[in-house]
Amino acid sequence: MADQATFAEQAMPLMSSLYSGALRMTRNPADADDLVQETYLRAYRGFGGFQEGTNLKAWMYRILTNTYINSYRAKQRRPDETEDLYLYRRLGGLEAARSGRSAEDELMDTFSEAEVKTAIEELPENFRMAVLLADVEGFSYKEIAEILDIPIGTVMSRLHRGRKALQKALYDYAVTHGLAERPEDGTPPQPVSSAPGTDR
Amino acid sequence: MADCNETLRELYLFLDGQLTDEDRVHIQQHLDDCSPCLEAYDFEAELRIVVKSRCFEEVPEALRARIAKALEREQQPG
Repeated sequence: MADQATFAEQAMPLMSSLYSGALRMTRNPADADDLVQETYLRAYRGFGGFQEGTNLKAWMYRILTNTYINSYRAKQRRPDETEDLYLYRRLGGLEAARSGRSAEDELMDTFSEAEVKTAIEELPENFRMAVLLADVEGFSYKEIAEILDIPIGTVMSRLHRGRKALQKALYDYAVTHGLAERPEDGTPPQPVSSAPGTDR
Repeated sequence: MADCNETLRELYLFLDGQLTDEDRVHIQQHLDDCSPCLEAYDFEAELRIVVKSRCFEEVPEALRARIAKALEREQQPG
């Protein structure tokens, strides 16, 4: 059983992680402030139920997520299906064009902080949570399953679809920067190598 | 050793650290030998670093102070 007196010492260093998550969830600084404060108060009150030696960040993320779902949850949307490695198939050759630069440097230059944040924030909520917890916070599938209270298979499918949707959104930014081509008929970019039978 | 199809199918599980030791070794061996797959892996790994670093937020001092104060109030008896 955890001692409430040690709560602040252990939990305060986690705040920037929780705050980043809260901002991506609520998409609004005022709501994010309230959500983080509410999370800390609930965590403090319930700290006796935290098992020492387990992951405090995952435990607090579970409180953050539940509080968000109960208080701030937005309407669900479903994105279009896209293919795997969506962005790589379109931008993968980018770094080769300018020698000596890594894909990371190239991508850093391509997508601004605001664009990456917006791309995540505009994901449908279920996908947004999964992508946030895995790709930004680095939780394992098992931890995400516990935080969101869903089966691991559901974590995997939400992650799979969420990452594809994120890549598609980032690709749209690359198009606006002139780094990738927009199809001539003005429709949104379509997968270049669609498998047979997936044409819409 | 895994082939290209298997490697690309398992790429995210590999990146997520969710494969068994045996499967991880198979994918790693393929990546060591196949530069197109390695390139795809690098791209995905580096994209993830970019996304993560772009999402970092500093907590506003005012919020930090507000929460510290709220926790202090909780600690007072009554």
